[in-house]
Amino acid sequence: MTGKTLYDKLWDAHVVRREDDDTALLYIDRHLVHEVTSPQAFEGLRLAGRQPWRTNTVLAVPDHNVPTTDRDKGIADPVSRTQVETLQQNVTSLGITFFPMGDVRQGIVHVIGPEQGATLPGMTVVCGDSHTSTHGAFGALSVGIGTSEVEHVLATQCLLQKKMKNMLVSVDGKVGPGVTAKDIVLAIIGEIGTAGGTGCAIEFGGEAIRDLSMEGRMTVCNMAIEAGARAGMVAVDQTTIDYVKERPYAPRGEHWEQAVAVWQELKSDPDAKFDHVVHIDAASIQPQVSWGTSPEMVAPIGGRVPDPATAGDAVKTRGMERALEYMGLKAGMAVTDIPVDKVFIGSCTNGRLEDIRAAAEVVKGRRVAESVKLAMVVPGSGLVKQQAEQEGLDKVFLEAGFEWRDPGCSMCLAMNADRLEPGERCASTSNRNFEGRQGLGGRTHLVSPAMAAAAAVAGHFVDVREMN
Amino acid sequence: MEKFQRLTAKVAPLDRSNVDTDAIIPKQYLKSVKRTGFGPTLFDDWRYLDPGEPGMDHSQRRQNPDFVLNDARYQGAQILLARKNFGCGSSREHAVWALTDYGFRAVIAPSYADIFFSNSFKNGLLPLVLDEAIVDQLFNEVLAEPGYQLTVDLEAQTVETPSGQSFSFEVDPFRRHCLLNGLDDIGLTLQHADDIRAYEEKRRAEAPWLFPA
Repeated sequence: MTGKTLYDKLWDAHVVRREDDDTALLYIDRHLVHEVTSPQAFEGLRLAGRQPWRTNTVLAVPDHNVPTTDRDKGIADPVSRTQVETLQQNVTSLGITFFPMGDVRQGIVHVIGPEQGATLPGMTVVCGDSHTSTHGAFGALSVGIGTSEVEHVLATQCLLQKKMKNMLVSVDGKVGPGVTAKDIVLAIIGEIGTAGGTGCAIEFGGEAIRDLSMEGRMTVCNMAIEAGARAGMVAVDQTTIDYVKERPYAPRGEHWEQAVAVWQELKSDPDAKFDHVVHIDAASIQPQVSWGTSPEMVAPIGGRVPDPATAGDAVKTRGMERALEYMGLKAGMAVTDIPVDKVFIGSCTNGRLEDIRAAAEVVKGRRVAESVKLAMVVPGSGLVKQQAEQEGLDKVFLEAGFEWRDPGCSMCLAMNADRLEPGERCASTSNRNFEGRQGLGGRTHLVSPAMAAAAAVAGHFVDVREMN
Repeated sequence: MEKFQRLTAKVAPLDRSNVDTDAIIPKQYLKSVKRTGFGPTLFDDWRYLDPGEPGMDHSQRRQNPDFVLNDARYQGAQILLARKNFGCGSSREHAVWALTDYGFRAVIAPSYADIFFSNSFKNGLLPLVLDEAIVDQLFNEVLAEPGYQLTVDLEAQTVETPSGQSFSFEVDPFRRHCLLNGLDDIGLTLQHADDIRAYEEKRRAEAPWLFPA
């Protein structure tokens, strides 16, 4: 018998029943909920007179609409306020665990799930949010779902799923100094494209992935969706288990021992068969900067903005031309010649403590360039913020001229007041450089926290490895 | 959910690949707690010249004459012809609600992003896949012929052109069944409540830490 992949194992352990084809009803262990994609689901339940199946699997938090300044004044935008209040009413009336805006545990849903130990190895995790792929870093099967599916999971604790294909992305060897998880995942997307993982669950493996901390693995899995894959995952090892241990919602005592024994098997068998395998040489990865309006449009920091004429297919050429026009860039210009107006450090991709430390290390003793209008750090959660402050990192940023904000999704998608104005160019540690993503007409360049910090200091993109 | 069986309708061509759900419905409209009313702001950034906010009277805004949905010949289109990787990015089901609220009942493209694809089936919107070469041909035909219509038959799994050419398409049997009959899949799943309880019992024994008191 052929061995199983990690994904096969997670899938098999959660099948409640198989439908006629390769669709199955999968049991869901953890349901994370935020304010944007849940109100219609709760309303649907009420209209159908249905009760949630198992409320103690649900953890709810507001993150997309919350302000990152002046929290004590509440939410100024009445439409945003209504949405956050609606979440609170929906979940508290059902007895669902909820971290409101004033709670130190509040933060971006994909940061707080792992931080609380609510995300555990071997779980199925869903959330009405495409970046749910983040939780796969724990050897979990985690997928982003739509609102109808949120309602389905609330009502039945199950999700109808078609089995995905198995894809392995192996990042072989070691990355060079100054190359981070963000650079790895941007390089992967640059290589396989934004639809390279469509229909697949991607397992990230290889030495460079195993060398990453849990924070780094979360950054990589977070952007699996930017490669088209609904799920990204990394096998469980000691790094995983050490991270989970003694988190508030993690098992304890006898259950802990029992769980660890099971979790240690959460890796692909040596003879497992993958439908697609991609190898990437870690040593070849340079710090990355996206130049266009799709996350596959990336270049190494030492590179140049590419020429659409070299794309080789007409639809792709038109796409690149449109992207350059929107971004206000010329083919052939050096990436280091691109100036920045704003700098955003945060998001579910890069809003964890390790990210903030990496940025602070670059910023320490330096100043934000005069040409930069705004540089801000938005910690991923209240606890990340608290820990960073205990380490004095807030002062490092404030002394350099950064703003130090309260936790939330913030300028990653600009649903709150934090946004780009038309034409503004941003070095952003977030995950999407789509047109208008950070504000109508805004221009996003995706980078690592260290590279964003370096751009803030220089006023343009610069190789962070040359700053010391 | 509204049934989808057979549809003959005008086609609007959206000639871009990797159309993301942020473009289909920008973030400011996601603050709504309703499922309806997203049609006027479908493709908002491309469709209007002035910035849009929730609560505006969108009929008073300046339309972008270069955007395909503002072209008189595509008014009333119920089939959207699109390129590769349509619906990528955010999981927002609002993107599907905006397309259906506008009046679209089917999308034809060479490929879709996974979450958008599954969201569509939950809302009576058929995302059908045809080969890139066929999609190219349909783009040429719709651009050449004002009033161009296609007939989509889900029962027969075919798309028929005005000249009588017919292309068959694949669709997952379970999803096809639900769409043809307009079935609510929560109701279907709850018919298997005993299976869910049996699974929980077995799982509780294997992994008790997943069932805290």
